[in-house]
Amino acid sequence: MPATPTSHALPGPMVSMRGITKAFPGVLANDGIDLDIYPSDVHALLGENGAGKSTLVKILYGFYRADSGSVLLNGQPVRIQSPADARKFQIGMVFQDFNLIPAFSVAENIALFLPDLKPVIHPKEIDHRIEEISTRYDLQVNPHALVSQLSIGEQQKVEILKLLLSNARLFILDEPTRVLAPHEIKALFGVLENLRKDGYAILLITHKLNEVLECADRISVLRTGRLAGTLTRREASEEKLIAFMFEKSLAGLNRHAHAAARSDRPPILRLTNIATHSLGAQVGLEDINLDIYPHEIVGVAGVSGNGQKELGDVILGLQKCSQGHKELFGQEATSWSIGRVRQSGVAFVPENPLQMAVTPYLSVLENMALTRSRLYARLGGLRVDWGAVQADARESFVRFGFSVPSLFVPVRSLSGGNLQRMTIARELAFDPKLIVGSYLTRGLDLQSTLSARQALLDARQAGAGILLISEDLEELFTLSDRLIVLSRGRIVGSFLPTETDNYTVGRLMTGAKV
Amino acid sequence: MAQTADPPKNSGFFYQKYLQVILRNLVMILIAFLLFGIILLLSGKNPVLSFRDIFRSTLGSAYGFSEVIVAMTPMLITALAVAFPARVGLINVGAEGQLYMGALFATWGALTFSGLPAWVLLPGMALLGMLGGGLWAFIPGYLKSIGLVNETITSLLLNSVAPSIVSFFIFGYWHAPRDTSTTSNFVKSARLPTLFGTRIDLSFVLAVVLLVLFWLFMKYTRWGLEMRAIGGNSQSARRNGIPLKIYLVSIMCIGGAIAGLAGMAQVSGYYGLLLANFSIGLGFMGFLISWIAGGEPLGIFLISFVVAVIFTGGNLLQLTQGLPYSVINILLAFTLFIVLARPTFFSKRRRS
Ligand SMILES: Nc1ncnc2c1ncn2[C@@H]1O[C@H](COP(=O)(O)OP(=O)(O)OP(=O)(O)O)[C@@H](O)[C@H]1O
Ligand SMILES: [Mg+2]
Repeated sequence: MPATPTSHALPGPMVSMRGITKAFPGVLANDGIDLDIYPSDVHALLGENGAGKSTLVKILYGFYRADSGSVLLNGQPVRIQSPADARKFQIGMVFQDFNLIPAFSVAENIALFLPDLKPVIHPKEIDHRIEEISTRYDLQVNPHALVSQLSIGEQQKVEILKLLLSNARLFILDEPTRVLAPHEIKALFGVLENLRKDGYAILLITHKLNEVLECADRISVLRTGRLAGTLTRREASEEKLIAFMFEKSLAGLNRHAHAAARSDRPPILRLTNIATHSLGAQVGLEDINLDIYPHEIVGVAGVSGNGQKELGDVILGLQKCSQGHKELFGQEATSWSIGRVRQSGVAFVPENPLQMAVTPYLSVLENMALTRSRLYARLGGLRVDWGAVQADARESFVRFGFSVPSLFVPVRSLSGGNLQRMTIARELAFDPKLIVGSYLTRGLDLQSTLSARQALLDARQAGAGILLISEDLEELFTLSDRLIVLSRGRIVGSFLPTETDNYTVGRLMTGAKV
Repeated sequence: MAQTADPPKNSGFFYQKYLQVILRNLVMILIAFLLFGIILLLSGKNPVLSFRDIFRSTLGSAYGFSEVIVAMTPMLITALAVAFPARVGLINVGAEGQLYMGALFATWGALTFSGLPAWVLLPGMALLGMLGGGLWAFIPGYLKSIGLVNETITSLLLNSVAPSIVSFFIFGYWHAPRDTSTTSNFVKSARLPTLFGTRIDLSFVLAVVLLVLFWLFMKYTRWGLEMRAIGGNSQSARRNGIPLKIYLVSIMCIGGAIAGLAGMAQVSGYYGLLLANFSIGLGFMGFLISWIAGGEPLGIFLISFVVAVIFTGGNLLQLTQGLPYSVINILLAFTLFIVLARPTFFSKRRRS
């Protein structure tokens, strides 16, 4: 079945999009976009947050309907009105937040998606098919494992298996590397390489230029809903892509001449012998001792699911400790309510803002008021001073160099990166004294990533303590004053960034001894 | 400076929202009438004639109209008792029990302090009624907040307990000399004043005021904002520092207190005494109305009005044509099923 793997100059495009236009209330998300996707091609889609990338691929997958424009499949015009249509035309998509049923096994999840699922299921046969495909493309997962027990990287493999077995020829991946650890990203690119050799087409959205330059054959850049240009890998360079995306070059980080953290002052946060019970899929923390001082960024490295969420939740007061003490600003704070912790000056950017930070159907403005509703209340609470909320919101967006389309749209309509921007702006706006940031720059475009990192450095300069949880070692090494490694709920290493390297930390993260 | 978090009014957005609410309720009402027509047809009645009878008997005369208002009053209050907790995702199926407890407490006040003047006694009874309903709702609210039992189950189960407690007090202590199933008539000062020489009493005004307050509360106050945040995503509300447990318990109690007020209004206004098993499912009716109306105050008013028309007219039909009263509940339940089956009916059409 696979075509001979030759250069892609030979065949015409597998899918062509012509003049795709889509408007949402107040935003022109796609404006006359033309895109050709070739077989045996990894096609990367780049662009700043809110540029319209997700909208474009959702149109291709039949999730949204374009206002105008057409889609051609192998030169023939087709109408894709629903994801079912898309699958019929052999177009498959992996959404950012996966669509797997956690309580089902891998095999069951895949079986549900098979186009030729028979009324009577033969588990043996399905297992066999999974096995065949998964060895061929290096997508090994245990078909009998429950999805809820898989890591995010493994879940992604299952999603790709699903598409392979459903005979998709074009794979759309919307920011697939966003939630993956470095070694998982590597594995994913290996899989994509194999797929490409077999004639599959891949449309890949990402914000990371090194990834694009590593694996894409063709790169299209969107800017405010328009196609800024398409380059082949040979033509592309980092500078060129940045110029396409932002129309200007990006400034570097201003690292300040920062005062080193001094441990003779009382710590902002002190965790002593903290342990938590593990419930269900949660990891229990064990024996956590951690001090964060003013003017200090402490990086937490670790593969996600090793206690990062629990650590953040203990600091916030959401998760009760079964053992140990927490002190904030020199005061015993183990049993403080979340409200009290926040009021004392703690900001919190969770790993998944849509689920953990915002109320999706409320507007951006209303969400901006939520963490400070007491301060915006007037007449004892009978009125909320929305004028003040607006002024503060606008000011903080300007301060961080972020923009969102409007303060009055429901948060659920924001693009992934815009939601992250909003959360960061809200949390960092009022000079917090302690910042807990999980995967803070996830989903942000290059420029916003820089702005967010600058905001952290500025906060440190102003005397804040920062706990930065991330899987991105490059980020951790750039920003941290001190690095700890979390594995299976324990701190397994603590370094100054200058005394260690990627390799050591990486090995510790995956549970190996150094 | 902006008073609300709404977009600037000229955006068109604003009116669309209200239009949508009204449209939604009109469709619900149409569905209800259609279903009612079918029920009538099935029971061998001529729907057209029946509808004519219903409208004539209710909307055709001042008396009929006043009876509609009388019938809709407790529906408004019990629907509010369901709609308020629903805003934070609490499903209060217990308005019926809370109504009984409110009536019980209010009656205790009426019997014990019968010497007091009306301007002291009536507010006192109202407070007692709210206390009774509120306490009754505290049980499911508290159990929910500590993560023990779902409030739906607890509040439902408590519904069958409350009428028994009421009966216990009536049969055991409070019954009238000649009738063991009711108390004696309340003294004049324990009766809610009536309006315009009809059976409409002050509680109708109260109900309307409460609905307006509910709307203002949700839209303008800090607590309304926080409640909407909890209802939309309780996990993030909690992480944002909103005290979730306190909200859940107190909102459930306020819901119960409102239902208790409906109970007080029934004994102090409508009946003028406490009667064993006096409620003909007012709490359930409130539940159905609130969910059909999507918890919106305007919708609650419209739907309650229509239900009251059918109900009052149905009473008449029962006399003239022998139709069982339970069809009203069947009708409401069917309408609700349709609502539940197509919850995104309107939003879907709008999206594409
Ligand atoms: N369902 C929707 N309703 C209203 N506006 C929307 C909707 N979906 C997207 N938008 C708007 O369309 C624009 C493009 O959004 P899109 O999600 O395509 O951006 P993106 O390029 O994927 O950005 P990111 O990198 O942040 O994910 C944004 O301004 C967004 O607010
Ligand atoms: Mg996107």
